[in-house]
Amino acid sequence: MLKFTKDHEWLRMDGDIATVGITAFAQEKLGDLVFVELPSVGATFAKGAVAATVESVKAAADVYAPVAGEVIAVNDKLAEQPGLVNGEPTGEGWLFKMKPADVAEVDALLDEKAYDALTAAESQ
Amino acid sequence: MSEPAPTGELKRTPLHALHLRLGGRMVPFAGYDMPVQYASGIIKEHLHTRAAAGLFDVSHMGQIALRPRSGRVVDAAQALEALLPGDILGVAAGRQRYAVLTNSAGGILDDLMVSNHGDHLMLVVNAARKAFDESHLRSHLSQSCVVEPLNDRALLALQGPLAEAVLAPFARDVQALRFMDAGVVTLMGATCFVSRSGYTGEDGFEISVPAEAAEPLWNALLRNPAVAPVGLGARDSLRLEAGLCLYGADLDETTTPVEAALEWTIGKARRPGGERAGGFPGAEVILGQLPPPYPPPHAGEGRVGITRLRVGLRPEGRAPVRAGAPVFRNEGDAAPVGVVTSGGFAVSLNLPVAMGYVPPDAAAPSTRVFTELRGRRLGLIVSKLPFVPARYKHR
Repeated sequence: MLKFTKDHEWLRMDGDIATVGITAFAQEKLGDLVFVELPSVGATFAKGAVAATVESVKAAADVYAPVAGEVIAVNDKLAEQPGLVNGEPTGEGWLFKMKPADVAEVDALLDEKAYDALTAAESQ
Repeated sequence: MSEPAPTGELKRTPLHALHLRLGGRMVPFAGYDMPVQYASGIIKEHLHTRAAAGLFDVSHMGQIALRPRSGRVVDAAQALEALLPGDILGVAAGRQRYAVLTNSAGGILDDLMVSNHGDHLMLVVNAARKAFDESHLRSHLSQSCVVEPLNDRALLALQGPLAEAVLAPFARDVQALRFMDAGVVTLMGATCFVSRSGYTGEDGFEISVPAEAAEPLWNALLRNPAVAPVGLGARDSLRLEAGLCLYGADLDETTTPVEAALEWTIGKARRPGGERAGGFPGAEVILGQLPPPYPPPHAGEGRVGITRLRVGLRPEGRAPVRAGAPVFRNEGDAAPVGVVTSGGFAVSLNLPVAMGYVPPDAAAPSTRVFTELRGRRLGLIVSKLPFVPARYKHR
Protein backbone atom coordinates (compact mmCIF):
# COMPACT_ATOMS: atom_id res chain seq x y z
CA MET A 1 0.00 0.00 0.00
CA LEU A 2 1.37 3.39 -0.99
CA LYS A 3 1.70 6.29 1.41
CA PHE A 4 2.17 9.87 0.26
CA THR A 5 3.53 13.25 1.36
CA LYS A 6 2.04 16.64 0.57
CA ASP A 7 5.27 17.31 -1.36
CA HIS A 8 4.41 14.53 -3.82
CA GLU A 9 6.71 11.74 -2.72
CA TRP A 10 5.35 8.21 -2.37
CA LEU A 11 6.57 5.50 -0.01
CA ARG A 12 5.91 1.75 0.02
CA MET A 13 6.83 -0.50 2.96
CA ASP A 14 8.14 -4.03 2.35
CA GLY A 15 8.92 -5.49 5.77
CA ASP A 16 10.92 -2.75 7.49
CA ILE A 17 12.23 -1.25 4.23
CA ALA A 18 10.62 1.78 2.59
CA THR A 19 10.90 2.36 -1.18
CA VAL A 20 10.56 6.05 -2.12
CA GLY A 21 9.77 7.86 -5.36
CA ILE A 22 7.86 10.81 -6.76
CA THR A 23 4.21 10.54 -7.67
CA ALA A 24 2.61 10.35 -11.10
CA PHE A 25 1.19 13.80 -10.38
CA ALA A 26 4.67 15.19 -9.63
CA GLN A 27 6.34 13.73 -12.73
CA GLU A 28 3.50 15.01 -14.88
CA LYS A 29 3.97 18.51 -13.46
CA LEU A 30 7.74 18.40 -13.97
CA GLY A 31 7.63 17.05 -17.51
CA ASP A 32 10.37 14.95 -19.12
CA LEU A 33 13.17 14.27 -16.63
CA VAL A 34 16.75 14.48 -17.89
CA PHE A 35 18.73 14.03 -14.66
CA VAL A 36 18.25 12.48 -11.23
CA GLU A 37 20.69 13.05 -8.37
CA LEU A 38 20.38 10.30 -5.77
CA PRO A 39 21.70 10.13 -2.21
CA SER A 40 24.67 7.98 -1.16
CA VAL A 41 23.92 4.58 0.31
CA GLY A 42 24.44 4.91 4.06
CA ALA A 43 23.38 8.55 4.20
CA THR A 44 20.86 9.41 6.90
CA PHE A 45 18.16 12.02 6.58
CA ALA A 46 15.78 13.79 8.90
CA LYS A 47 12.14 13.75 7.84
CA GLY A 48 11.68 16.50 5.25
CA ALA A 49 15.41 16.89 4.45
CA VAL A 50 16.44 17.11 0.78
CA ALA A 51 17.41 13.56 -0.17
CA ALA A 52 17.43 13.72 -4.00
CA THR A 53 16.99 16.14 -6.90
CA VAL A 54 15.06 15.52 -10.09
CA GLU A 55 15.59 17.76 -13.11
CA SER A 56 13.42 18.21 -16.15
CA VAL A 57 14.42 20.05 -19.31
CA LYS A 58 13.01 23.20 -17.72
CA ALA A 59 13.72 23.03 -13.99
CA ALA A 60 15.10 21.26 -10.94
CA ALA A 61 13.00 20.00 -8.01
CA ASP A 62 14.05 18.69 -4.61
CA VAL A 63 12.83 15.35 -3.31
CA TYR A 64 12.41 15.22 0.46
CA ALA A 65 12.87 12.24 2.74
CA PRO A 66 9.26 11.30 3.59
CA VAL A 67 10.40 9.94 6.95
CA ALA A 68 13.66 9.96 8.91
CA GLY A 69 16.01 7.08 8.17
CA GLU A 70 19.05 5.60 6.48
CA VAL A 71 19.39 5.06 2.73
CA ILE A 72 20.14 1.41 1.98
CA ALA A 73 19.84 1.34 -1.82
CA VAL A 74 19.43 3.70 -4.79
CA ASN A 75 18.02 3.08 -8.27
CA ASP A 76 21.20 3.14 -10.37
CA LYS A 77 19.22 2.70 -13.60
CA LEU A 78 18.11 6.32 -13.37
CA ALA A 79 21.61 7.61 -14.17
CA GLU A 80 21.16 6.36 -17.75
CA GLN A 81 17.36 6.39 -17.89
CA PRO A 82 15.91 9.29 -15.90
CA GLY A 83 12.80 8.95 -18.08
CA LEU A 84 11.85 5.82 -16.09
CA VAL A 85 10.52 8.23 -13.46
CA ASN A 86 8.11 9.64 -16.06
CA GLY A 87 7.14 6.25 -17.47
CA GLU A 88 6.72 4.28 -14.24
CA PRO A 89 6.89 6.70 -11.32
CA THR A 90 5.71 4.14 -8.73
CA GLY A 91 7.43 1.15 -10.38
CA GLU A 92 10.77 1.03 -12.22
CA GLY A 93 11.14 4.75 -11.59
CA TRP A 94 11.64 4.44 -7.83
CA LEU A 95 14.43 6.63 -6.41
CA PHE A 96 15.83 5.07 -3.23
CA LYS A 97 15.13 2.63 -0.41
CA MET A 98 15.50 3.56 3.20
CA LYS A 99 15.19 2.05 6.63
CA PRO A 100 12.81 4.31 8.59
CA ALA A 101 14.04 5.34 12.02
CA ASP A 102 10.49 5.37 13.37
CA VAL A 103 7.71 3.39 11.71
CA ALA A 104 5.13 5.63 13.39
CA GLU A 105 6.23 8.35 10.93
CA VAL A 106 5.18 6.08 8.06
CA ASP A 107 1.73 5.56 9.54
CA ALA A 108 1.30 9.31 9.82
CA LEU A 109 1.75 9.87 6.05
CA LEU A 110 -1.21 10.51 3.73
CA ASP A 111 -3.14 7.57 2.37
CA GLU A 112 -4.14 7.42 -1.29
CA LYS A 113 -7.54 8.98 -0.72
CA ALA A 114 -6.11 11.95 1.19
CA TYR A 115 -3.39 12.41 -1.45
CA ASP A 116 -5.90 12.31 -4.32
CA ALA A 117 -7.92 15.00 -2.57
CA LEU A 118 -4.77 17.10 -2.24
CA THR A 119 -3.83 16.82 -5.93
CA ALA A 120 -7.43 17.45 -6.99
CA ALA A 121 -7.31 20.70 -5.01
CA GLU A 122 -3.90 21.63 -6.50
CA SER A 123 -5.16 21.03 -10.01
CA GLN A 124 -7.92 23.60 -9.58
CA MET B 1 12.25 35.28 -26.80
CA SER B 2 12.08 36.84 -23.43
CA GLU B 3 11.55 35.97 -19.79
CA PRO B 4 8.08 35.75 -18.27
CA ALA B 5 6.67 38.94 -16.81
CA PRO B 6 3.25 37.93 -15.49
CA THR B 7 1.01 40.88 -14.76
CA GLY B 8 -2.67 40.58 -13.94
CA GLU B 9 -4.90 39.14 -16.63
CA LEU B 10 -3.04 37.01 -19.14
CA LYS B 11 -3.44 37.81 -22.81
CA ARG B 12 -4.29 35.16 -25.37
CA THR B 13 -3.03 34.62 -28.89
CA PRO B 14 -5.52 33.91 -31.71
CA LEU B 15 -4.59 30.21 -31.35
CA HIS B 16 -5.26 29.95 -27.60
CA ALA B 17 -8.35 27.73 -27.90
CA LEU B 18 -6.47 25.43 -30.26
CA HIS B 19 -3.66 24.97 -27.76
CA LEU B 20 -6.19 23.88 -25.15
CA ARG B 21 -7.76 21.42 -27.60
CA LEU B 22 -4.31 20.01 -28.42
CA GLY B 23 -3.63 19.36 -24.72
CA GLY B 24 -1.20 22.24 -24.35
CA ARG B 25 0.06 22.83 -20.83
CA MET B 26 -0.49 26.54 -20.45
CA VAL B 27 1.88 28.79 -18.49
CA PRO B 28 2.23 32.56 -18.14
CA PHE B 29 4.93 33.91 -20.46
CA ALA B 30 5.57 37.62 -21.01
CA GLY B 31 1.97 38.38 -20.06
CA TYR B 32 0.48 35.69 -22.32
CA ASP B 33 -1.08 32.34 -21.52
CA MET B 34 1.15 30.12 -23.68
CA PRO B 35 1.72 26.38 -24.18
CA VAL B 36 5.02 25.28 -22.61
CA GLN B 37 4.45 21.81 -24.08
CA TYR B 38 1.78 19.55 -25.54
CA ALA B 39 0.94 15.99 -24.50
CA SER B 40 4.02 14.45 -26.12
CA GLY B 41 6.41 16.46 -23.94
CA ILE B 42 9.46 18.67 -24.45
CA ILE B 43 11.93 15.92 -25.41
CA LYS B 44 9.76 14.52 -28.22
CA GLU B 45 8.82 18.00 -29.43
CA HIS B 46 12.47 19.05 -29.50
CA LEU B 47 13.62 15.94 -31.38
CA HIS B 48 10.69 16.13 -33.78
CA THR B 49 11.69 19.68 -34.74
CA ARG B 50 15.25 18.56 -35.51
CA ALA B 51 14.04 15.48 -37.43
CA ALA B 52 10.92 16.68 -39.26
CA ALA B 53 8.95 19.90 -38.66
CA GLY B 54 7.74 21.64 -35.51
CA LEU B 55 4.91 24.17 -35.53
CA PHE B 56 5.14 26.97 -32.97
CA ASP B 57 2.71 29.72 -32.02
CA VAL B 58 4.86 32.81 -31.47
CA SER B 59 2.01 35.28 -31.81
CA HIS B 60 2.94 36.80 -28.45
CA MET B 61 5.90 38.45 -30.16
CA GLY B 62 5.44 41.99 -31.39
CA GLN B 63 5.01 42.69 -35.10
CA ILE B 64 5.52 46.34 -35.94
CA ALA B 65 5.35 48.00 -39.35
CA LEU B 66 7.60 51.02 -39.77
CA ARG B 67 6.08 53.10 -42.59
CA PRO B 68 8.11 56.04 -43.92
CA ARG B 69 6.02 59.22 -44.23
CA SER B 70 7.93 59.98 -47.42
CA GLY B 71 6.91 56.64 -48.94
CA ARG B 72 10.59 55.83 -49.46
CA VAL B 73 11.75 52.81 -47.48
CA VAL B 74 15.30 54.17 -47.29
CA ASP B 75 13.96 56.95 -45.07
CA ALA B 76 12.61 54.37 -42.62
CA ALA B 77 15.89 52.46 -42.75
CA GLN B 78 17.89 55.62 -42.15
CA ALA B 79 15.64 56.60 -39.24
CA LEU B 80 15.93 53.16 -37.65
CA GLU B 81 19.72 53.23 -37.97
CA ALA B 82 19.68 56.07 -35.41
CA LEU B 83 18.49 53.53 -32.82
CA LEU B 84 20.69 50.52 -33.57
CA PRO B 85 24.15 49.61 -34.91
CA GLY B 86 22.90 47.39 -37.72
CA ASP B 87 23.25 48.19 -41.42
CA ILE B 88 19.55 48.60 -42.19
CA LEU B 89 20.05 50.59 -45.39
CA GLY B 90 21.90 47.51 -46.59
CA VAL B 91 18.83 45.29 -46.13
CA ALA B 92 17.51 44.91 -49.68
CA ALA B 93 13.83 44.57 -50.46
CA GLY B 94 12.84 41.00 -49.69
CA ARG B 95 15.58 40.51 -47.13
CA GLN B 96 15.64 40.33 -43.33
CA ARG B 97 18.36 41.00 -40.75
CA TYR B 98 18.87 40.38 -37.01
CA ALA B 99 19.61 43.54 -35.03
CA VAL B 100 19.78 44.96 -31.51
CA LEU B 101 18.36 48.25 -30.22
CA THR B 102 20.87 49.99 -27.97
CA ASN B 103 20.85 52.63 -25.22
CA SER B 104 23.30 55.47 -24.62
CA ALA B 105 25.47 53.25 -22.41
CA GLY B 106 25.79 50.72 -25.22
CA GLY B 107 23.42 48.25 -23.53
CA ILE B 108 20.88 46.21 -25.46
CA LEU B 109 17.25 47.34 -25.20
CA ASP B 110 15.92 44.45 -27.29
CA ASP B 111 16.93 42.09 -30.05
CA LEU B 112 14.74 41.94 -33.14
CA MET B 113 14.30 41.01 -36.79
CA VAL B 114 14.04 43.75 -39.41
CA SER B 115 12.76 43.00 -42.91
CA ASN B 116 12.41 45.23 -45.94
CA HIS B 117 8.99 45.00 -47.59
CA GLY B 118 9.77 47.39 -50.43
CA ASP B 119 7.81 50.39 -49.18
CA HIS B 120 8.10 49.82 -45.42
CA LEU B 121 10.06 47.88 -42.81
CA MET B 122 8.65 45.10 -40.63
CA LEU B 123 10.04 44.46 -37.17
CA VAL B 124 9.52 41.37 -35.01
CA VAL B 125 10.34 42.10 -31.37
CA ASN B 126 10.23 40.24 -28.06
CA ALA B 127 6.86 39.85 -26.35
CA ALA B 128 8.07 41.25 -23.04
CA ARG B 129 9.61 44.27 -24.80
CA LYS B 130 6.96 45.16 -27.35
CA ALA B 131 5.23 47.89 -25.35
CA PHE B 132 8.60 49.46 -24.58
CA ASP B 133 9.81 49.10 -28.16
CA GLU B 134 6.66 50.67 -29.59
CA SER B 135 6.96 53.74 -27.41
CA HIS B 136 10.72 53.90 -27.97
CA LEU B 137 10.24 53.80 -31.75
CA ARG B 138 7.39 56.34 -31.60
CA SER B 139 9.29 58.81 -29.48
CA HIS B 140 12.34 58.72 -31.73
CA LEU B 141 11.00 58.01 -35.21
CA SER B 142 7.55 59.62 -35.40
CA GLN B 143 8.81 62.53 -37.45
CA SER B 144 9.84 60.31 -40.33
CA CYS B 145 7.77 57.16 -39.81
CA VAL B 146 4.40 55.84 -38.73
CA VAL B 147 4.94 53.15 -36.12
CA GLU B 148 2.13 50.66 -36.61
CA PRO B 149 1.81 47.64 -34.30
CA LEU B 150 0.17 44.80 -36.24
CA ASN B 151 -1.98 43.52 -33.40
CA ASP B 152 -4.38 41.79 -35.78
CA ARG B 153 -1.82 39.26 -36.98
CA ALA B 154 -0.69 35.94 -35.55
CA LEU B 155 2.86 34.64 -36.00
CA LEU B 156 3.58 30.97 -36.64
CA ALA B 157 7.01 29.36 -36.88
CA LEU B 158 7.42 26.18 -38.92
CA GLN B 159 10.87 24.81 -38.18
CA GLY B 160 12.83 21.74 -39.19
CA PRO B 161 14.34 19.91 -42.15
CA LEU B 162 10.89 19.11 -43.60
CA ALA B 163 9.53 22.65 -43.23
CA GLU B 164 9.96 23.46 -46.92
CA ALA B 165 8.32 20.21 -48.04
CA VAL B 166 5.40 20.96 -45.72
CA LEU B 167 4.87 24.57 -46.79
CA ALA B 168 5.57 24.24 -50.52
CA PRO B 169 2.18 22.67 -51.43
CA PHE B 170 0.50 25.82 -50.06
CA ALA B 171 2.66 28.19 -52.10
CA ARG B 172 5.38 27.02 -54.45
CA ASP B 173 7.15 30.38 -54.17
CA VAL B 174 8.42 29.57 -50.67
CA GLN B 175 10.89 27.13 -52.24
CA ALA B 176 12.74 30.05 -53.82
CA LEU B 177 13.33 31.74 -50.44
CA ARG B 178 16.80 31.46 -48.98
CA PHE B 179 17.76 31.99 -45.33
CA MET B 180 16.65 35.48 -44.27
CA ASP B 181 14.61 36.17 -47.39
CA ALA B 182 11.21 37.68 -46.57
CA GLY B 183 8.16 38.55 -48.61
CA VAL B 184 4.42 38.45 -49.11
CA VAL B 185 3.06 34.97 -49.77
CA THR B 186 -0.59 33.99 -50.16
CA LEU B 187 -1.38 30.96 -48.01
CA MET B 188 -4.93 29.53 -48.20
CA GLY B 189 -6.13 32.83 -49.59
CA ALA B 190 -4.65 34.88 -46.74
CA THR B 191 -1.99 37.52 -47.29
CA CYS B 192 0.96 36.38 -45.19
CA PHE B 193 4.44 37.77 -44.59
CA VAL B 194 6.79 34.83 -44.77
CA SER B 195 10.46 34.87 -43.88
CA ARG B 196 12.86 31.97 -44.17
CA SER B 197 14.11 32.19 -40.62
CA GLY B 198 13.37 31.13 -37.09
CA TYR B 199 14.99 30.65 -33.74
CA THR B 200 15.83 26.96 -33.56
CA GLY B 201 18.95 26.66 -35.73
CA GLU B 202 16.90 24.71 -38.28
CA ASP B 203 15.76 25.66 -41.73
CA GLY B 204 12.20 26.93 -41.59
CA PHE B 205 9.76 29.77 -41.89
CA GLU B 206 8.14 32.41 -39.76
CA ILE B 207 4.65 33.18 -41.03
CA SER B 208 2.79 36.36 -40.13
CA VAL B 209 -0.86 35.61 -40.83
CA PRO B 210 -4.06 37.63 -40.29
CA ALA B 211 -5.54 36.56 -36.93
CA GLU B 212 -8.75 35.18 -38.48
CA ALA B 213 -6.77 33.01 -40.90
CA ALA B 214 -4.36 31.67 -38.27
CA GLU B 215 -6.42 28.72 -37.07
CA PRO B 216 -7.24 27.30 -40.53
CA LEU B 217 -3.59 27.62 -41.55
CA TRP B 218 -2.35 26.02 -38.32
CA ASN B 219 -4.78 23.13 -38.76
CA ALA B 220 -3.89 22.66 -42.42
CA LEU B 221 -0.16 22.54 -41.62
CA LEU B 222 -0.79 20.15 -38.76
CA ARG B 223 -2.66 17.77 -41.07
CA ASN B 224 0.71 16.88 -42.59
CA PRO B 225 2.03 13.94 -40.51
CA ALA B 226 5.52 15.47 -40.63
CA VAL B 227 4.28 18.35 -38.47
CA ALA B 228 3.83 18.34 -34.68
CA PRO B 229 2.90 21.25 -32.43
CA VAL B 230 5.80 22.42 -30.26
CA GLY B 231 5.60 24.55 -27.12
CA LEU B 232 7.82 27.17 -25.58
CA GLY B 233 9.75 24.59 -23.54
CA ALA B 234 11.28 22.99 -26.62
CA ARG B 235 11.60 26.39 -28.28
CA ASP B 236 13.91 27.31 -25.39
CA SER B 237 15.98 24.10 -25.51
CA LEU B 238 16.27 24.37 -29.31
CA ARG B 239 17.46 27.98 -29.25
CA LEU B 240 19.95 27.19 -26.47
CA GLU B 241 21.48 24.37 -28.54
CA ALA B 242 21.62 26.80 -31.46
CA GLY B 243 23.52 29.30 -29.26
CA LEU B 244 20.83 31.95 -29.73
CA CYS B 245 20.24 34.61 -27.10
CA LEU B 246 17.18 35.00 -24.88
CA TYR B 247 16.47 38.65 -24.07
CA GLY B 248 16.18 39.19 -20.33
CA ALA B 249 18.52 36.25 -19.68
CA ASP B 250 21.53 36.41 -22.01
CA LEU B 251 20.97 40.03 -23.03
CA ASP B 252 19.80 43.04 -21.09
CA GLU B 253 20.24 46.80 -20.82
CA THR B 254 23.69 46.40 -19.26
CA THR B 255 25.07 44.03 -21.93
CA THR B 256 26.75 45.51 -25.00
CA PRO B 257 26.62 43.75 -28.38
CA VAL B 258 30.37 43.14 -28.16
CA GLU B 259 30.14 41.55 -24.70
CA ALA B 260 27.26 39.43 -26.00
CA ALA B 261 29.40 38.23 -28.92
CA LEU B 262 26.87 39.86 -31.26
CA GLU B 263 29.32 42.28 -32.89
CA TRP B 264 28.44 40.63 -36.21
CA THR B 265 25.17 42.61 -35.98
CA ILE B 266 27.21 45.83 -36.27
CA GLY B 267 27.28 46.59 -39.97
CA LYS B 268 30.59 47.42 -41.66
CA ALA B 269 29.05 50.72 -42.74
CA ARG B 270 28.40 51.60 -39.10
CA ARG B 271 31.95 50.85 -37.91
CA PRO B 272 34.90 53.24 -37.79
CA GLY B 273 35.82 54.13 -41.35
CA GLY B 274 32.41 53.03 -42.66
CA GLU B 275 30.09 55.22 -44.75
CA ARG B 276 27.72 55.77 -41.82
CA ALA B 277 30.03 55.12 -38.89
CA GLY B 278 28.43 55.54 -35.46
CA GLY B 279 25.29 57.59 -35.10
CA PHE B 280 23.47 55.13 -32.84
CA PRO B 281 22.95 55.17 -29.06
CA GLY B 282 26.07 54.05 -27.20
CA ALA B 283 28.21 54.17 -30.35
CA GLU B 284 31.28 55.42 -28.51
CA VAL B 285 31.12 52.59 -26.00
CA ILE B 286 30.28 49.87 -28.50
CA LEU B 287 32.65 50.88 -31.30
CA GLY B 288 35.39 51.37 -28.72
CA GLN B 289 35.06 47.70 -27.79
CA LEU B 290 35.45 46.41 -31.33
CA PRO B 291 38.64 44.61 -32.24
CA PRO B 292 40.85 45.92 -35.03
CA PRO B 293 39.51 44.59 -38.35
CA TYR B 294 42.42 42.22 -39.09
CA PRO B 295 43.13 39.47 -38.26
CA PRO B 296 39.64 38.22 -37.45
CA PRO B 297 39.26 37.79 -33.69
CA HIS B 298 38.87 34.54 -31.84
CA ALA B 299 36.84 34.19 -28.67
CA GLY B 300 37.95 36.79 -26.17
CA GLU B 301 40.84 38.03 -28.28
CA GLY B 302 41.10 41.44 -29.76
CA ARG B 303 38.04 42.96 -28.16
CA VAL B 304 39.04 46.08 -26.33
CA GLY B 305 38.19 47.01 -22.77
CA ILE B 306 35.46 44.50 -22.14
CA THR B 307 35.34 42.66 -18.83
CA ARG B 308 33.05 39.83 -19.87
CA LEU B 309 32.10 37.84 -22.93
CA ARG B 310 29.22 35.50 -23.69
CA VAL B 311 30.40 31.93 -24.26
CA GLY B 312 29.03 28.40 -24.46
CA LEU B 313 29.57 26.24 -21.37
CA ARG B 314 29.38 22.45 -21.08
CA PRO B 315 28.92 21.24 -17.50
CA GLU B 316 30.99 18.17 -16.63
CA GLY B 317 28.74 15.23 -15.87
CA ARG B 318 25.03 15.08 -16.55
CA ALA B 319 23.52 17.58 -14.13
CA PRO B 320 22.06 20.69 -15.80
CA VAL B 321 23.36 24.04 -14.57
CA ARG B 322 20.69 26.73 -14.56
CA ALA B 323 20.60 30.46 -15.21
CA GLY B 324 21.92 32.46 -12.29
CA ALA B 325 24.60 29.93 -11.28
CA PRO B 326 27.91 31.65 -10.45
CA VAL B 327 31.08 31.09 -12.48
CA PHE B 328 34.44 30.84 -10.70
CA ARG B 329 37.84 30.99 -12.37
CA ASN B 330 39.42 28.40 -10.08
CA GLU B 331 37.84 25.54 -8.19
CA GLY B 332 38.64 27.04 -4.77
CA ASP B 333 37.81 30.70 -5.49
CA ALA B 334 35.33 32.42 -3.20
CA ALA B 335 34.42 35.29 -5.53
CA PRO B 336 32.61 34.58 -8.80
CA VAL B 337 33.96 36.14 -12.00
CA GLY B 338 30.95 35.36 -14.16
CA VAL B 339 27.45 33.99 -14.32
CA VAL B 340 25.38 31.43 -16.23
CA THR B 341 22.61 33.22 -18.12
CA SER B 342 20.89 30.27 -19.84
CA GLY B 343 21.22 26.68 -18.80
CA GLY B 344 19.42 23.45 -19.38
CA PHE B 345 19.53 20.28 -21.35
CA ALA B 346 20.62 19.86 -24.97
CA VAL B 347 18.07 17.23 -25.90
CA SER B 348 19.70 16.51 -29.28
CA LEU B 349 23.09 15.91 -27.62
CA ASN B 350 21.64 14.23 -24.52
CA LEU B 351 23.91 16.46 -22.42
CA PRO B 352 23.56 19.55 -20.25
CA VAL B 353 24.63 22.83 -21.89
CA ALA B 354 24.65 26.46 -20.83
CA MET B 355 25.64 29.95 -21.92
CA GLY B 356 27.05 32.62 -19.70
CA TYR B 357 29.48 35.44 -19.25
CA VAL B 358 33.15 34.95 -18.32
CA PRO B 359 36.18 37.27 -18.30
CA PRO B 360 37.72 37.54 -21.80
CA ASP B 361 40.89 35.77 -20.68
CA ALA B 362 38.78 32.74 -19.69
CA ALA B 363 36.73 32.74 -22.90
CA ALA B 364 38.90 30.56 -25.14
CA PRO B 365 37.30 27.21 -26.02
CA SER B 366 38.39 24.34 -23.73
CA THR B 367 39.08 26.67 -20.80
CA ARG B 368 37.88 25.00 -17.60
CA VAL B 369 35.97 27.22 -15.18
CA PHE B 370 33.72 26.23 -12.29
CA THR B 371 30.26 26.69 -10.94
CA GLU B 372 28.60 25.71 -7.71
CA LEU B 373 25.79 23.19 -7.79
CA ARG B 374 24.03 22.07 -4.60
CA GLY B 375 27.01 23.10 -2.48
CA ARG B 376 29.66 21.44 -4.68
CA ARG B 377 32.04 22.88 -7.26
CA LEU B 378 31.48 21.58 -10.78
CA GLY B 379 33.67 22.06 -13.86
CA LEU B 380 32.34 23.94 -16.89
CA ILE B 381 34.18 23.70 -20.20
CA VAL B 382 34.05 26.81 -22.37
CA SER B 383 32.71 25.66 -25.73
CA LYS B 384 32.16 27.06 -29.18
CA LEU B 385 28.62 28.09 -30.07
CA PRO B 386 26.38 26.78 -31.43
CA PHE B 387 26.29 23.44 -29.63
CA VAL B 388 24.31 21.97 -32.54
CA PRO B 389 25.30 23.22 -36.03
CA ALA B 390 22.76 25.43 -37.77
CA ARG B 391 21.10 24.02 -40.88
CA TYR B 392 19.89 27.19 -42.56
CA LYS B 393 19.24 27.08 -46.29
CA HIS B 394 21.69 29.59 -47.73
CA ARG B 395 21.20 28.67 -51.39
